[in-house]
Amino acid sequence: MNGLFDLPSDLQNSYWGLIALHLREAMIPVLAGLLVALPIAQLCVRLRWLYPPVLWVTTVLYAIPSLAFFVVLIDYTGLSETTVMIPLAVYSLVVFVPAIVDGVRSVPRETLDAATAMGFGPVRRYVQVQLPIAAPAIIAGLRVASVSSISLVSVGMLIGNQGALGNLLNSGMIYNQPRLIWLSVVGTAVLAIVVDAVLIGLRILVTPWMPRGTRKNARPIALKDAAR
Amino acid sequence: MNVLNFINAFFSDNAHWQGYDGIPTRVLEHIQYTLMALGIAAAVGLPIGLLTGHTGRGGNTLALIATAARALPSFGLMVLMFVLLGLGLAPVMIPLVVLAIPPVLVTTYEAMRSVDPAPVDAARGMGMAEAEVLFRVELPVALPLILSGLRSAAIQIVSTATIAAYVSFGGLGRYIVDGLYQRDYEKVVGGATLVAVLALATLGVFWAVGRLTVSRGVRRSG
Repeated sequence: MNGLFDLPSDLQNSYWGLIALHLREAMIPVLAGLLVALPIAQLCVRLRWLYPPVLWVTTVLYAIPSLAFFVVLIDYTGLSETTVMIPLAVYSLVVFVPAIVDGVRSVPRETLDAATAMGFGPVRRYVQVQLPIAAPAIIAGLRVASVSSISLVSVGMLIGNQGALGNLLNSGMIYNQPRLIWLSVVGTAVLAIVVDAVLIGLRILVTPWMPRGTRKNARPIALKDAAR
Repeated sequence: MNVLNFINAFFSDNAHWQGYDGIPTRVLEHIQYTLMALGIAAAVGLPIGLLTGHTGRGGNTLALIATAARALPSFGLMVLMFVLLGLGLAPVMIPLVVLAIPPVLVTTYEAMRSVDPAPVDAARGMGMAEAEVLFRVELPVALPLILSGLRSAAIQIVSTATIAAYVSFGGLGRYIVDGLYQRDYEKVVGGATLVAVLALATLGVFWAVGRLTVSRGVRRSG
């Protein structure tokens, strides 16, 4: 008898293995994007004239379709995981830069002056004052980037079965097994929701000063990032 | 650059410019899918967004719907719909519309909420009816943001419509999917270039629409 989670042997993986693979292929680029975005965003906060052109470039980069991005990279990185991860990292970067810039800029002038008056240097002020206050905006960006990244990994199936859970879509088609397609869609959606929930938990954890019951402050952020 | 050579070869080949699989046909198909999905998404998202934004109720519900819709993988949904519904326009339209509604809906709501309440009160004080307040005061001020929501929806549709080729449909994805199967990298890169150009053209169209429709006073203050 075939079990619900049995997969064709040619995928060379179990369902849970595919989920782990999917998570890795989606989240490494998001973290890479975040690491690159932090200095770029800081530069944009420092040099105001730099922000409009950077914003323009990110809008254009975000408009490049993932499949187009993948296939152009094939020439350089082959049919590999890297080819899937590079565009995802770029999309994440594009989401992070405005999120972080807006977050860091939203720190009130008086707060910064108070930190300076307390003897904080620029680095300490950035790490201990600006970043924590910008945390809700950064995590809002993290949520958008993670969820869209998880959804886009599946497209990697088209370039040499690099789509983790997305590979099940192809198997479902060629073996005529709708069960596998359901496994892929439901698995990906659940993965996205779980990661989103974890990130919401993280936000509550790192911003203990924010009101919890009414969530008056949380809503506009959640809405704004949902809009991207 | 290797890729540039491929692009050049693809576009200079006369055979790519005519017939059923010609560039004009595929571009038109792609635009057709995009306009249709965007039209449906706007027909659903705009009125709901305008109304909820005007009354200021239902923001939490909208955020929940948007999060749920975003969690659905478009590619998987398209394959699933194709297997369930067979060949037809519905399996392509459903995922594209599901993809496009959250940005339209949520941005419209946000845009309406972000309108300065003072002129809205002034309009009411002058005796404007609710519909007039909505269409003659709030809508013009909220228009730039609403357009940005439509823009991001349109761009996501353009890039996702490419995937429709995998489930046997037309559009520019045909070149990419067929090219990958035929190991014809020239075709793949040509298709990718066309999609990217179409996406950038979409940006341009929305920029132009914004210039034409957003009132000068709003633009100056924004």
